Amino acid sequence: MNLPTFLGGVHPPEGKALTESKAIEKLMPENSGELFVYPLSQHIGAPCSPLVKKGDAVLVGQKIADTEAFVSAPIFSGVSGTVKEIAPKMTVAGSIENCIVIESDGKYEKAPSLLDELGHKPAPGDYVKLIRSAGIVGMGGACFPTHVKLSPPKDKIINWVIVNAAECEPYLSCDNRLMIESPDEIIRGLQYVLEIFPNAQGVIAIENNKPEAIATMKEHNKNPKIKIMPHKVKYPQGAEKMLIKTVTGQEVPLVPALPADVGCIVLNTRTTWQICKTIEEGLPVVERVISVTGDAVNEPKNLQVPLGISVRRLIEACNGFKSEPVKIIAGGPMMGLAMRSVDVPVVKGTSGILALTSKSAYIAEESACLRCGKCLEVCPMHLEPTLLDHAVRKRDYETFEAHGGMNCIECGSCAYSCPASRHLVQSYKNGKAAVNEARRKAAALAKQKAEANK
Amino acid sequence: MSTQLTVSTSPHVHSEFSTRGIMFTVILALLPAGITSVYFLGLRSLAVIAACILACVLSEFFWQKCVMKTKVTVCDLSAVVTGLLLAYNLPPTMPIWMAVCGSIFAIIVVKQFYGGLGCNIVNPALAARAMMLISWPTAMTTWTVQGISGATPLAAMKAGNAVNVSCWDMIVGNMGGCIGETCSILLILGGAYLIWENVISWRIPVVYIATAAILGALFGHGSVTAEIFTGGLLIGAFFMATDYTTSPMSAKGQYIYAFGCGLLTALIRTWGGYPEGVSFSILIMNVAVPLIDMYTAPRILGAPKSNFFKRVGGK
Repeated sequence: MNLPTFLGGVHPPEGKALTESKAIEKLMPENSGELFVYPLSQHIGAPCSPLVKKGDAVLVGQKIADTEAFVSAPIFSGVSGTVKEIAPKMTVAGSIENCIVIESDGKYEKAPSLLDELGHKPAPGDYVKLIRSAGIVGMGGACFPTHVKLSPPKDKIINWVIVNAAECEPYLSCDNRLMIESPDEIIRGLQYVLEIFPNAQGVIAIENNKPEAIATMKEHNKNPKIKIMPHKVKYPQGAEKMLIKTVTGQEVPLVPALPADVGCIVLNTRTTWQICKTIEEGLPVVERVISVTGDAVNEPKNLQVPLGISVRRLIEACNGFKSEPVKIIAGGPMMGLAMRSVDVPVVKGTSGILALTSKSAYIAEESACLRCGKCLEVCPMHLEPTLLDHAVRKRDYETFEAHGGMNCIECGSCAYSCPASRHLVQSYKNGKAAVNEARRKAAALAKQKAEANK
Repeated sequence: MSTQLTVSTSPHVHSEFSTRGIMFTVILALLPAGITSVYFLGLRSLAVIAACILACVLSEFFWQKCVMKTKVTVCDLSAVVTGLLLAYNLPPTMPIWMAVCGSIFAIIVVKQFYGGLGCNIVNPALAARAMMLISWPTAMTTWTVQGISGATPLAAMKAGNAVNVSCWDMIVGNMGGCIGETCSILLILGGAYLIWENVISWRIPVVYIATAAILGALFGHGSVTAEIFTGGLLIGAFFMATDYTTSPMSAKGQYIYAFGCGLLTALIRTWGGYPEGVSFSILIMNVAVPLIDMYTAPRILGAPKSNFFKRVGGK
């Protein structure tokens, strides 16, 4: 069967068998005194400022941090209890950031819903505001605030709303389970977004290795404006630009262009589910489903957990490790972050906790580039990865930029295929950071000059 | 948990490809043709093969250990491949000391002087062969088949004589020629194995062989079968022109490069001074690779269609 896809990409071993048939289990520690930690920045954009102080009592779904900035999203407590402190703590990324620490009372008492605040049944005109006030972000890992995505510039006509249910990262199956267990919420969530963009076609794009999810979604979908679209199993099928190419045949122009430039909005599965819950029940982002998996984990599971819970609790809920892990990754094995410690909190974008033994985690010394061209073959952006890598290592950021380095999506297909095990993604991250830094400096200098000339 | 966790950039999993694995696959693909030529051309071939491999590995080891004082990388097997390919491009009667000189030249001058694996601009085995052809022309063009010396089919064609070997002998390798280039059927099988294992793509060998054979026939040099099955075209197209370091990386570049190799081979075979043109064609196209790479850079997803020439020429 010839399923739609994009050009390039790789097919890493899927490893989904560990969790794909495991129903979502709820994990809600009921002992009082358990600490829940909420970093003030769980999204792309401006960090939030705390709205609570030490000693305050909080409830589940109570807003504990927010900001005035547009590109940002408020943060809610996932438990009821008392604010213990606001202090720097380690996050999944390994950095130390300001966090609100809440001591749970184990009762999970709920705050009034967002709909009570609104006072009436939400109309399509209220949706975007409601989504902002519920703190919804892209829950696949990128954490881009959803209300920003749903507010494209006035001149952009949205023709497609695509639910990204590809879940192309190996091992993860939380989106798969969500589709099997609550298909209606996902479909209704998409319907609400289609109410905002009445001219758009809805698509739920699923990788073909999830037959049960595809069948369930097809069975439950009665809306002619929504199409369930299976596509070829290939990584990184769920990357925004690849998904748009597959579904619509269009190419998103080079950075800084956005999907809205080709009339597309792409939403994560869990995000779509969350939109439905927010609009119908006024539920803010207080919990999420996480695949806790990998060959080091005793009993891999899909867990529904309150945000802020410690990763250590998740691993304990899976009966710990059966063999020593060398790497624990937040997210999938292709783009996830290697964690320094398991004593960090789950945030909005944590889609998986993956513990790998030395057998499956790849830790190798790099050797000389052979110029074999495998990286060019697999790069889904059609860049020249080895050339960009050389440029960055020579600190020739001009060449890096001129050859489109800023368009790299860091999917890791090149590094996955590289016979010399070059640390390619690390190079691009460095290159992009250097270019951004240079741009910031240039902008600051220009501003200074303009002010001096006044 | 007392474990020390490893922290590194994504991705955290890797394909089965490794430099060493690729080189090993190439050696496997080359072996059958070598064994057959030992059968047809005599045990002397084995001595040349062994001398070349040993000299290549030792000179790489010596250079890295004693001169550059860097990490020794002979375990990546790339020097073994170079030695094997060089030996396959020499006549079985080659004096051993000459073969050793050629090997040292290949590794130290062509490969290490330019920075080692991945940095050389021409194929080390071919450049060494060219050097040897100029330095010891007689030794490099004396052919014997089972003790009887005679001209290779290509040399016969050059001299205006009819091809003196039957089609069957051409295919199994019972004819004059270099150690590894005669057994056509095993070279094709070896090449097919490399394509099957995804080590090389079909583009360079298929386009190269088709261009050389069709143009050779058109230029009136010989029949399509004689063009394909004699001389070094098969080993050149499958194993030498496909050398990663000295061939273009993009698909488009590979078509251009392979066509260039084929065109030059047909030109040299028909009108050149030597009966055989494969080595020189590949060497010339090797030098053109950076230029080809520059002009055949793939269009970035989402870039305007006309932009890529501008992108290359812009700066």
